[in-house]
Amino acid sequence: MYSVLVCGGTGCTSSGSQKIIDTLQDEIKKHELEGTVNVVKTGCFGLCELGPIMIVYPGGYFYSQVNPENIPEIVQKHLVSGEPAKKLLSKDTISGDKITSLYDTPFYKKQMRVALKNCGVICPENIEEYIAMDGYFALNKVLTELTPMDVIETIKGSGLRGRGGGGFLTGEKWELAAKEKSKQKYVCCNADEGDPGAFMDRSLLEGDPHVVLEAMAIAGYAIGASQGYIYVRAEYPVAVHRLQIALRQAYEYGLLGKDILSSGFDFDLEIRLGAGAFVCGEETALMASIEGKRGEPRPRPPFPTLRGLFGAPTVLNNVETYANVPKIILNGADWFSSIGTERSKGTKVFALGGKINRTGLVEIPMGTTLREIVEEIGGGIPDGKKFKAAQTGGPSGGCIPQSHLDIKMDYDNLLEIGSMIGSGGLIIMDESTCMVDIAKFFLEFTVDESCGKCTPCRVGTKRLLEMLQDISEGKATMEKLAEMEDLCHYIEETSLCGLGQTAPNPVLSTLRYFREEYIEHIEEHRCRAGVCKAMTKYAIDPQKCVGCSACSKVCPVNAISGEVGRKFKIDPAKCIKCGACYKTCKFNAITKE
Amino acid sequence: MEKNQAEKTINIKINNIAAKAKEGQSILEATKEIGVNIPTLCYLKGMNEIGACRICIVEVKGTKNLVASCVTPVEEGMEILTNSPRVKASRKTTLELLLSTHRKDCLSCVRSGECELQALCKQFGVEDENRYKGAMPKYRQDCSTLHLIRDNSKCILCRRCEAACKNQHVAVIGANNRGFDTQIGCAFEKDLNEVPCISCGQCIVNCPTGALRERDSCGAVMEAINNPQKVVVVHTAPSIRVSLGESFGLNIGANVKGKMVSALRRLGFDKVFDTDFGADMTIVEEANEFVNRIKNNGTLPMITSCCPGWVKFCEHYYPELLENLSTCKSPQQMLGAIIKTWYAEKHNLDAKNIVVVSVMPCTAKKFEIAREYQSAAGSPDTDYTLTTRELVRMIKSACIDFKNLADEDFDPLLGVSTGAGTIFGTTGGVMEAALRTASDILSGGPQRNIEYKEIRGTDAIKEATYKIGGENIKVAVVSGLSNAVKILDKVKAGECEYHFIEVMSCPGGCVNGGGQPIQPSGVRNFADLKATRAKGLYEEDKNLPLRKSHENPTIKVIYETFLGEPCSRQAHKILHTKYTKRSKF
Repeated sequence: MYSVLVCGGTGCTSSGSQKIIDTLQDEIKKHELEGTVNVVKTGCFGLCELGPIMIVYPGGYFYSQVNPENIPEIVQKHLVSGEPAKKLLSKDTISGDKITSLYDTPFYKKQMRVALKNCGVICPENIEEYIAMDGYFALNKVLTELTPMDVIETIKGSGLRGRGGGGFLTGEKWELAAKEKSKQKYVCCNADEGDPGAFMDRSLLEGDPHVVLEAMAIAGYAIGASQGYIYVRAEYPVAVHRLQIALRQAYEYGLLGKDILSSGFDFDLEIRLGAGAFVCGEETALMASIEGKRGEPRPRPPFPTLRGLFGAPTVLNNVETYANVPKIILNGADWFSSIGTERSKGTKVFALGGKINRTGLVEIPMGTTLREIVEEIGGGIPDGKKFKAAQTGGPSGGCIPQSHLDIKMDYDNLLEIGSMIGSGGLIIMDESTCMVDIAKFFLEFTVDESCGKCTPCRVGTKRLLEMLQDISEGKATMEKLAEMEDLCHYIEETSLCGLGQTAPNPVLSTLRYFREEYIEHIEEHRCRAGVCKAMTKYAIDPQKCVGCSACSKVCPVNAISGEVGRKFKIDPAKCIKCGACYKTCKFNAITKE
Repeated sequence: MEKNQAEKTINIKINNIAAKAKEGQSILEATKEIGVNIPTLCYLKGMNEIGACRICIVEVKGTKNLVASCVTPVEEGMEILTNSPRVKASRKTTLELLLSTHRKDCLSCVRSGECELQALCKQFGVEDENRYKGAMPKYRQDCSTLHLIRDNSKCILCRRCEAACKNQHVAVIGANNRGFDTQIGCAFEKDLNEVPCISCGQCIVNCPTGALRERDSCGAVMEAINNPQKVVVVHTAPSIRVSLGESFGLNIGANVKGKMVSALRRLGFDKVFDTDFGADMTIVEEANEFVNRIKNNGTLPMITSCCPGWVKFCEHYYPELLENLSTCKSPQQMLGAIIKTWYAEKHNLDAKNIVVVSVMPCTAKKFEIAREYQSAAGSPDTDYTLTTRELVRMIKSACIDFKNLADEDFDPLLGVSTGAGTIFGTTGGVMEAALRTASDILSGGPQRNIEYKEIRGTDAIKEATYKIGGENIKVAVVSGLSNAVKILDKVKAGECEYHFIEVMSCPGGCVNGGGQPIQPSGVRNFADLKATRAKGLYEEDKNLPLRKSHENPTIKVIYETFLGEPCSRQAHKILHTKYTKRSKF
């Protein structure tokens, strides 16, 4: 009896995992193995870099970057003859003659899966698989054994903090809403994940949608709400589809709706699709959007726990926050608070990306060092390059330089050094990254995503971006740099909502740790990473040039002249710095500085 | 901001001075009470409390960021700094940023001198050229309607127009796009004439800058005045006399009727009449129409039709109630029609050579004069209508020393009016005027009681029942269309027993009309414009010898010699109109 788990997350689906499942099933039929092999389409395993991914149980044999052409061999060898197809297994799992389980590989060894417990393990479209993993047991416990106050005390005792960026204590939030006297209250889920490169919530919804439903029902019971909304971006079609299936099943099983588990507790849940505005991740804007209004934040107070959705007390938590809730209920507050650091309990999921060998989704106990994540879990920087910085918290966050590589990742430590946990984006940068350019990239994002309601964010961020552009084009002065910093502080302290208040963070944190790069751009007109186009100079090294003329042929503006067989030359006045010659030259004769 | 039931006093410190404040009060309000103003741009009390512009930010001890004082309630022990260097620097930066996207043609801008942005820039020492010069958004202009022009290059996105429009239950404008490209406009970037805008102009009077203004007719009027072939007749609406003075440094609500008439003569108008006469005429027709409806089982409740914003609203949003609308033209149109028929005939003038100009507190009047069924003499009853603001500009450009003018009287005949006509300018006035006449008709003789105090005042909805000629007449008076909707929905559902309803689209009636002098938000938020201006009208009414429309001597002559009976065939031809069903989308 074999179970074959094939990843059906967005990453692996894009790299063709559905084709693998189809081929697998054909082969199984061919070999008449239908009764003995169970194929499961799971959610994300986290190792997107190595997709499509397939795991065979028993044993947990890990096949990576699987090609449909490999399937007949895997079926024949592993499922028919009982011998793993060794040469198709992931290299990480092979040491000499020994084959290890996926979970013993460096990528997984340091991880601790709490929120992602079921992701990549169960079929997200089958409620029974969720129930088999103790799913809805927490809801059952809550409804049959605990009072709403017990639930709140447990969550408070666990020390769970919001995983969406703010880091507010979840139990306290629930308590505030529970205290309000109101006929109508709401529970909302923020699944409007929007940081560039972040996909924690998407993977969770795709891999384990029921956990969110269960946790929301628990929150509803705790605060006295009978209606919930999941606000999820329409750009997450797989997540939406699986949520819809999960909702239908939960209703069929009586785990949502009227009189859940004969407890007398009613809880209805609906999905609301977001149109992809980043600002709708801000709680008041999200609620405005659910109400059918323009997605714009409003001033607080009143906070949503007092007056939220449709004016009623509302609890809004992020997907990952909810994913922790059933486990806390089942395992106890003490268990959860034993994980992590003094003031940041539990684990955190990060979307690891950028210049790193193993990109993917990682869940680590709070307090794991950045070095462990980069060097051990992520497998270091590719091409032998040096680590330069890690960017956390997306466009609201900041950069962590090499000097802080040993920082223990938690809410407070990151804030202290000018960054933030945020929702969990973690982008690794090597020495080929220009920090001015990075600041510009994130600010461009915020400028695009500003809702336009308040002046500092609407106009201020735009002007800030223009100043950065001037720096990257060598048009700025040191005076302007000081003005730019003033503008950053103005936007921070004057903006209406979190989006604006944190928008200058990428600029401020790069200024904090990489000020010399800004000064180089301004005073020397030099971009040490060779990224800022306006400052890049291309030249031909006459020692290396063989006069093949390849460079002059690809130059789109005829800036390169010379005769075949002789040395070629670039006219800097004509050159548009597209880099085509640099990429074309086979003799490394083109220099870039 | 939520009002607390029991007003608890709390202790705060403002600029290091101990002060008391009411719990639930905003920092802005509490600070105002100790004699310190905090500048605002987006804030409109009770209407636009969105904390968007960030000009009203203050420092609160213990808070990392600056807070918007307009939307932040005071708390016990709060220590507030409204004038610290940090606050001042922040305000200046906000202004500089706003200015960096603002088309600065301040020398010629219609709002120059009355622009809230300009005033603040001066106050905070912001210079014309600033350090945040950069790209400008691609701005849209909207010149599609007869009543207003939107120039988004002067818009600061305070969203006050949007709030005013929403407050009118019309809500055809709002923010489009996002971020730096945000602009106010109609859904799908449609032009304003393609959406059910009712032309009330509340967006304009609430705009702090020159982004919104009325379509200007001053030039055309001056051209007519300068044309020797034309007899140019002007008449002024009741509410103008209590608002015009504000633009010349006089108190809000000061009655400047005499100076106004002098100024109009000095501008070169051939005749200066009083729209109050038209109002009297309207009352005689409308009161008789009402009596007829009562007696002949006509459609009830009857609803007034003198407000063109309301009429257009009814056509778009409540077409099923058009039967309930009085068929009477508005005072402006009745007077125009009488000038071009009876008056022309009497003075042997060719109606084609008469140019009728009205001065109105209203932008919807610009739409009204172009309506169908408003041309008794074959040409439009009114040729040009000016808002109070346009008249101010004409007076100023003619270098007339308004403040020091001697009082003059309206010209005879059509300058004669009663107190009933005067109170048309405020909410409840039309109903009171109509009741004064209807009561005399239904009771068969002059009645003593002519003050209907239950329907006075600036409450949004006023209801009363009067025993008139043995009948209990139930009336309702409503101003501001979001209030009107509450009554109209009941009428539609057949849930109310009103006989007569007065609707004015602008909150408070014409005294607060969309064509009136613009008072900055700093004044609007703390002074009751509506009540103060209305007070001037009731005072005039009280002191007039004639206070019932049907006692107007010229009106008597006109019926005797020209129209016959009220609501006669001839009266219908000249003084009544028809309505058109209009779509909502």
